[in-house]
Amino acid sequence: MDRLIKTRLGDGSLVQMTRSELRAELEAGTQAAAEKAKVPPLAESELDHLLDIWASPARFSAVDIGDEVVLSVDGTGAGAFLSLQQDMQVYEQDFALDIVELGSSDYSYKAAKALLSSEGQMMRDAQLQMTVPLNYGAMPNLGLYSQPDGPSPNWARLLPLGRIDEARAAQEEAMEYAVKDMVQAADAMWEAGADGMDFDTSGAAGDADFLATLRAVEIIRGKYPDMGIELGMAGEFVLGMHAQLEYQGVRLAGLWPREQMKLAAKAGATIFGPAVNVNTGKSGAWNIARALTLVKPCCDAAEIPIHMNAGMGVGGVPMAFYGPVDAVSRASRACVDILRLDGL
Amino acid sequence: MLAQPCTHSLASGMGGIRTAGDLVARMQVTRGMRLKEAKAYVAGKLGVSADDLSDPTVMGDVRRELGLARQMTPESTFPTEANGIEAKFNIARVLDLPINCVQRFAERVPSLGAVWNQQGGVT
Repeated sequence: MDRLIKTRLGDGSLVQMTRSELRAELEAGTQAAAEKAKVPPLAESELDHLLDIWASPARFSAVDIGDEVVLSVDGTGAGAFLSLQQDMQVYEQDFALDIVELGSSDYSYKAAKALLSSEGQMMRDAQLQMTVPLNYGAMPNLGLYSQPDGPSPNWARLLPLGRIDEARAAQEEAMEYAVKDMVQAADAMWEAGADGMDFDTSGAAGDADFLATLRAVEIIRGKYPDMGIELGMAGEFVLGMHAQLEYQGVRLAGLWPREQMKLAAKAGATIFGPAVNVNTGKSGAWNIARALTLVKPCCDAAEIPIHMNAGMGVGGVPMAFYGPVDAVSRASRACVDILRLDGL
Repeated sequence: MLAQPCTHSLASGMGGIRTAGDLVARMQVTRGMRLKEAKAYVAGKLGVSADDLSDPTVMGDVRRELGLARQMTPESTFPTEANGIEAKFNIARVLDLPINCVQRFAERVPSLGAVWNQQGGVT
């Protein structure tokens, strides 16, 4: 009988599986992704490597020496228990991250716009004391522009009523506000000395959210040729909340990571962050195989650096506040080994 | 924070200011270079191998010699070495790369900016 191996589910809980059960989970995960996104499944050799990682009884897993990648981490300057600047310095000096980031606690550009003067002051002061690249980050978060939080009609309420044209018009109106806010934030942060901007969880509210981000990136790239721009996604698939929106002739609804990356590069992003959400009821092995299968075509076709999202609940990392290091380290290594990423 | 940033840092990260992670990152942020290209570029500018870039023992010495700032710990503080904006002036020159806050600093201190530009500063 196969030995039982401790492993994790997508919610972080500990279960036990045999080596052959882990192999079956990996195969099921890659097949699920391949069928859904119409991309090739992982190769046998890649599944073998993943099985070696997942079947190891070790508490921690890591890439080979020399295979290390760049780490860009959002939310590093969120003031979790220190000041914003102290937080960022901890990430620089103690956690040894390669790129850190300032962001308001709300972490949305709509909210950040009202704080740009103080946020800019923090950016300037931090730039004087810190050495690593320091970006400003927030979410496009188009939903905040809909009523009652924002000025535009609420398309999530209009759609169930069948008022499709009004819902589309509302999203188009919200996009205009969002683009202005993102560009205004970039203006302020560039003046304050930021190295770059991070547009995190783009597409969270669907295709209009993604289009607003692409338009903002294009404008910012035109204004600031040397500014770093990281465009990270909210999920693996762009939801068609509007469903008719296009960027440079490409319909956005239904795009998977490879096509998302191509548009991000066209708009002017210097780093793209694909995101694949975790299914909490499935195993970690199933989730990582699915995530890698969806992102591999993006990495193979990459024109700009790819920093896969691997925070809580994405990229095979469990959806758990206190992510187990055995699971996170396996996901981290697997992403780098299989995808040959530029960063995480 | 232990769950993601620290675990990723230990499992797959270049090492930031402990190594040359931040320097390679700058080539991605500002120039959009893929990892292999960025590592080769930085290694060439520093006169080290690509593998050295993630080695804290090698890079600690390189960063000290070039004034690129080093990680500070309770056992190792460097009050006489470049750090923060000072180090970024050196990084901009070593990597031949414009750094926004360095340019802003030079603009806001005209006497320094003039010297910086005369010495071939990257602007």
